[in-house]
Amino acid sequence: MSVLASIADVVAAACLLAGAFLCLTAGVGLVRFPDVLSRMHAGTKPQVLGVLLVMVGGAIRLHGLAATWMLLLVAAFQLLTAPVSAHMISRVAYRRRHVRRDLLLVDELRDAEGRDSVYRGDEPADAGPQLS
Amino acid sequence: MTVVAVIAQALLGSGALLALVRLARGPSLLDRVVATDTLLVIISASLAVHAALSRDPTVVPVLVVVSLLAFVGSVSIARYVGGMLMQSSTGDGGNVGLPHAAEERAAEEREARR
Repeated sequence: MSVLASIADVVAAACLLAGAFLCLTAGVGLVRFPDVLSRMHAGTKPQVLGVLLVMVGGAIRLHGLAATWMLLLVAAFQLLTAPVSAHMISRVAYRRRHVRRDLLLVDELRDAEGRDSVYRGDEPADAGPQLS
Repeated sequence: MTVVAVIAQALLGSGALLALVRLARGPSLLDRVVATDTLLVIISASLAVHAALSRDPTVVPVLVVVSLLAFVGSVSIARYVGGMLMQSSTGDGGNVGLPHAAEERAAEEREARR
């Protein structure tokens, strides 16, 4: 029994340390990356994998069903809400021209000459594409 | 377990400090939104690490609140930024043209540094 408990403790500690390390990589990426999209790419790492690892570690360590279910709820919320907020922020970032478009390899919203084909850049975010 | 707690909180704390650096420096509002989102996630992860290592489930409901708050905050600021109208500084309501693009700003910074 005690061997099993110590194995569970080691697994939980490994999960917690991995989640904390992912949070550190997110901070480094936030400081070093050049524009909003790549910063968001780095910044959402702890949001999905890091929080999942930390929640697994907490669920192993904590006793009681209530705490485990609440940790599962937090992980499910993160999985559901991270794509939504990332989509909204990146959409607004592109339309407000906060994206380093000279660093993009593929940009389907511009034509071959580099002109904006769909968005002018100054319309509200909830406006549809203005095809002229 | 004390060693694990110290190492994990040190990693989380340095990640939070780097997110704060981006929050202070970030050239646009959306950079600050991304940094705030990451900072809240790191805070909730730190609370979860504390709860797990001290076997104390008291702060677990706070995690639910913080994660929902981060989502609502970032989405509402993104919608606010998207709904902002571009107004000219002269007050005549005229079209001020395109916003300053990130690649143009980077090129100007490169020119200024040269």
